[in-house]
Amino acid sequence: MQPFSYERAEEVRRAVAAVAVNPQARFISGGTNLLDLMKLGIERPTDVIDISRLPLDRIEAAEEGGLRIGAQVRNSDLAADPRVRARYPVLAQALLAGASGQIRNKASTAGNLLQRTRCYYFYDRNMPCNKREPGSGCAALEGLNRMHAVLGGSDACIAVHPSDMAVAMTALGARVETLSPSGDTRTIPITELHRLPGAEPHVETTLEHGEMIMAVTLPPPPAGRQIYRKVRDRASYAFALVSVAAIVAVSNGQVRSARIALGGVAPKPWRAVNAELALAGAPATERTYTQAADAALAGARGYGGNDFKIPLARRTLRYTLAAAGELV
Amino acid sequence: MADSMTQPSRNRASTGDDRPIGQPIDRVDGPLKVAGRATYAYEQTLGGTPAYGYIRGAAIARGRIAAIDTSAAERAPGVLFVMTHRNAPAQTAFGPSVTPTVPEAFTRARPMLANDRVRYYDEPVALVVAETFEAARAAADLIEVRYARESGVFDLHTHLDDAYAPIRTNAGFETDSAVGDFMGAFSRAAVKVDATYRTPYEHHNPMEPHATLAVWSGDEVTIHTSAQTLANYQAGLANTLGMPPERVRIVSPFIGGGFGSKLIVHADTVLAALAARVLARPVKIALTRQQMFANAGYRAEMIQQVRLGADPDGRLIAMGHDVHSATSRFEEFCEQTAVFARSLYAAPNRLTRHRLVGVDLNRGEWMRSPGEAPGMLAFECAMDELAERLGLDPIELRIRNEPSEDPERGVPFSTRNLVDCMREGARRFGWERRNPQPGCIREGRQLIGYGMAAAIRPNYIGATTARVAIDADGQVTAQLDMTDIGTGTYTILTQIAAESLGVPLSAVTVELGDSRFPRTSGSGGSWGAASTGSAIHRACAALKTRILEAARSNESSPLYGMDLAEASFVGGEVLVGERSENLADLIRRIAPEGIDAEGTVASVRETESYAAYSQHSYGAHFAEVAVDCDTGEIRMRRMLAVIGAGRILNAKTARSQILGGMTWGIGAALMEESVLDSRHGHFVNHDLAEYHVPVNGDVQDMQAVFLEEHDDKANPLGAKGLGELGVCGAGAAIANAVYNATGVRVREFPVTLDKLLPELPMVAI
Ligand SMILES: Cc1cc2nc3c(=O)[nH]c(=O)nc-3n(C[C@H](O)[C@H](O)[C@H](O)COP(=O)(O)OP(=O)(O)OC[C@H]3O[C@@H](n4cnc5c(N)ncnc54)[C@H](O)[C@@H]3O)c2cc1C
Ligand code: SF4
Repeated sequence: MQPFSYERAEEVRRAVAAVAVNPQARFISGGTNLLDLMKLGIERPTDVIDISRLPLDRIEAAEEGGLRIGAQVRNSDLAADPRVRARYPVLAQALLAGASGQIRNKASTAGNLLQRTRCYYFYDRNMPCNKREPGSGCAALEGLNRMHAVLGGSDACIAVHPSDMAVAMTALGARVETLSPSGDTRTIPITELHRLPGAEPHVETTLEHGEMIMAVTLPPPPAGRQIYRKVRDRASYAFALVSVAAIVAVSNGQVRSARIALGGVAPKPWRAVNAELALAGAPATERTYTQAADAALAGARGYGGNDFKIPLARRTLRYTLAAAGELV
Repeated sequence: MADSMTQPSRNRASTGDDRPIGQPIDRVDGPLKVAGRATYAYEQTLGGTPAYGYIRGAAIARGRIAAIDTSAAERAPGVLFVMTHRNAPAQTAFGPSVTPTVPEAFTRARPMLANDRVRYYDEPVALVVAETFEAARAAADLIEVRYARESGVFDLHTHLDDAYAPIRTNAGFETDSAVGDFMGAFSRAAVKVDATYRTPYEHHNPMEPHATLAVWSGDEVTIHTSAQTLANYQAGLANTLGMPPERVRIVSPFIGGGFGSKLIVHADTVLAALAARVLARPVKIALTRQQMFANAGYRAEMIQQVRLGADPDGRLIAMGHDVHSATSRFEEFCEQTAVFARSLYAAPNRLTRHRLVGVDLNRGEWMRSPGEAPGMLAFECAMDELAERLGLDPIELRIRNEPSEDPERGVPFSTRNLVDCMREGARRFGWERRNPQPGCIREGRQLIGYGMAAAIRPNYIGATTARVAIDADGQVTAQLDMTDIGTGTYTILTQIAAESLGVPLSAVTVELGDSRFPRTSGSGGSWGAASTGSAIHRACAALKTRILEAARSNESSPLYGMDLAEASFVGGEVLVGERSENLADLIRRIAPEGIDAEGTVASVRETESYAAYSQHSYGAHFAEVAVDCDTGEIRMRRMLAVIGAGRILNAKTARSQILGGMTWGIGAALMEESVLDSRHGHFVNHDLAEYHVPVNGDVQDMQAVFLEEHDDKANPLGAKGLGELGVCGAGAAIANAVYNATGVRVREFPVTLDKLLPELPMVAI
């Protein structure tokens, strides 16, 4: 960890300005990801602007029955919110499946969205890693890649985005509100927040430097039963090997609509649009759900250690769709 | 954690029970620990304001430091000193790679920053000492190192042809054993299993990292550290620094876990001692979690071939266990992986062998249940495979092969209640509900399976002396250089001293963790309780003799001149016939300065009883698992261990030890693996986010039951080692349950869902 200056922000615009002027400056929120990365010298900010006490910690009703979640709302508070539990259970389930109680008490909504990959080689500065050191190569492609992406990766990087919360938010069609250094606010669909690695895996989001996430807005909950299913190596406190957020609406034996996102399989929370299309209007049968799961994984590619994720994701999705789609 | 693991209990003995041994007494050090008043090594502030060291590790696994530039680090704020191989003080040279004698491995010189060679990834190449930890760490980053990289050997599988036979295994066992004609009998056997298992690299990961505060005073150094065995640290550091051991004092009163990774000095201790001397100031160093993966030992990867040949009735006629293990090329370590098999089952034709393949890693170390942990994981799965092939219940197969004497040594067992453990366990667990046909029981989307395995572990005793003193207030103090690594040693020794002297627990203070106290076995090999408990027991006996001798011969004694041969110590009184004298009053009269005495036990191998008897503790493990038929996720449902380990000294701490061991079994069976990247020679998943150990959610209903016995051949207390017994076989019971649940036999540990998934059929929704 390098010496750095620390400033506790009192005001949103000042915080944005303070980061914007210095390419080496970072916001810090719960610090549960950034601090670890700083200790290991992977992030090396010269200035750290603490935004954890900014008044962005409210969960409020939004227009048309949606919910607006402040960037500083803690993961544990969000999971416990009665409105979230009643109307967005997939989000509550995803949050509670993530990390540990202690970490969720610190972790913020924005920080969770912007947490970085857990790729082992990214975490070891002696190893080549295009994300950490552009152009140095990717140690995971031919190394240990059990946790890595089977969808959306590139020859430069196959890291996965580790968040559970973001997967549920993706299924729910969340939108991310930001404030730019120029003073503009904008709203980005969550599917457009993270970028695929392509040739530039170190550029992870569509945010500009200093742009602050202010809130995440959920539209009114889509029709249907909501389920978050996280597959992991132990009962708790492990990142997802594969996760599925599924919202399936069925009536009269027919799927009316479906919203599906996958976690643990791609560099970003992965909206499975093909599977959603395969489901809409189809009979609510095992066959339909199996086909939808196949569609979601079409084009998936394994790199050896993570080959199992393709059948695992397919099987998990098949069953979760069936469960959300009222077959079980 | 499940409720069954946290049954509250009262400290009955503190309310006047004069038979405290065996009672479930709460830990005497518990209040200090939960209140944060137990001071661990890195928290010590003795000796003045310390400086902080941070170790910079090598970025390559093998080669040479071609150039190292420390100038920026030296100029960095707060930096006091940068040490590299160019300016490190002289130390004793490391010595030869093979360490055939056990003491040498424990006490040899382990110089740090000794030369420009890099022998393993993350080996220390520099130490920065600064006013703060943060300054030291930041400066360590500024050191520039250029390496001349050499290619290394990391892969066990592709180097099996280079395997060699070591002179001995760890703990001094014969490398090979052979009885009868294994090959001939195996080839003739009617029913056979020939199965090869792989057990992975594992790391201990105690909660408290390796940490040292070194304080010099003149030419004497005091080392506050986290050590299991103070004598080894004292000798190891003295040998490294080339100074007499008397001038090295090791202090380690509280230890946040060790599991065998704190038996010998590591970089933190040696470097802190060197730097503190140079700076004439206390220096503190801790390894980071990541550094512990390279610098604090591991269990080596192994390939184990188990061959079992039986007649159609299920009687073994041939039994073979061949182990290939990785070992450091510069310091050999051969885990005694097949040794337990020499005593477990009867079979006229037998073969056990250990072979090593050198790799470019740091030395392997003793990790909880060295030998049995990986060995029984393989062997007890092979027994399960054989039972299935024979169409026999796994318990019945084991009963049919119960030996009447030690099958290779030909001596009787001191005690052996394996069969009772299995029968009692089967009854309690509901073993009859197991369906021998695998993959048949489904509850919802969960496949349910039962498994069992036997447990065996040798009983060791390490040479130990203890001193016990009583003062004129009747307060008893026991001193010995033993450690309590979280096992409950403070508590059981308090119980033994209190019972032996007939005083309340509150009258006894046990002082551990200082090398100035009498020399003990230390904590390791599950021998601490039996070794130090026996020594305390003897010291108390000697003390009673001395008290009575003084009481009889001292004119101011109320018992002056009496025949005290039948005197006893009970309830704080000395009883002689009808007479009763208060012990404290008596001491005040006869020895106002107090009285003390020592007690000693010899190393087990020097005892006649060891030569005459095969001494082990035994157990039976049972497991029930649920496997998700869609994802292959394996979750524990229940575990039961039935244990026969001699006399139980404290029902609560004993139970905790077994439960901890069983939890290690979960880790070994289902989670733990340090993945070695053979391109770079480093452990890729070197932190606790990606090196998975069981968490509370993984530990469901878990029970430990003791079949009490008294092994009078083992030691004066009749107790035997038990901590590590909880691990032995526990993982195999789980793996066998996974097989029973799914019909998929995974022979590569840990058993993770990716290994099951290809064989798990799709189940209709
Ligand atoms: C051991 C461990 C296990 C974990 N397991 C899981 C798991 O199973 N599932 C899971 O989903 N997560 C898991 N996590 C990750 C955890 O959820 C994240 O660390 C946490 O959500 C990050 O939130 P934070 O507020 O602490 O972020 P910080 O560490 O404070 O910040 C993270 C990043 O976000 C940026 N940032 C923060 N707020 C803003 C803002 N308002 N605008 C712009 N940028 C901002 C920071 O600059 C930084 O780059 C785990 C973490 C650990 C350490
Ligand atoms: S997968 Fe991405 S993060 Fe991991 S080593 Fe390759 S480039 Fe780095």
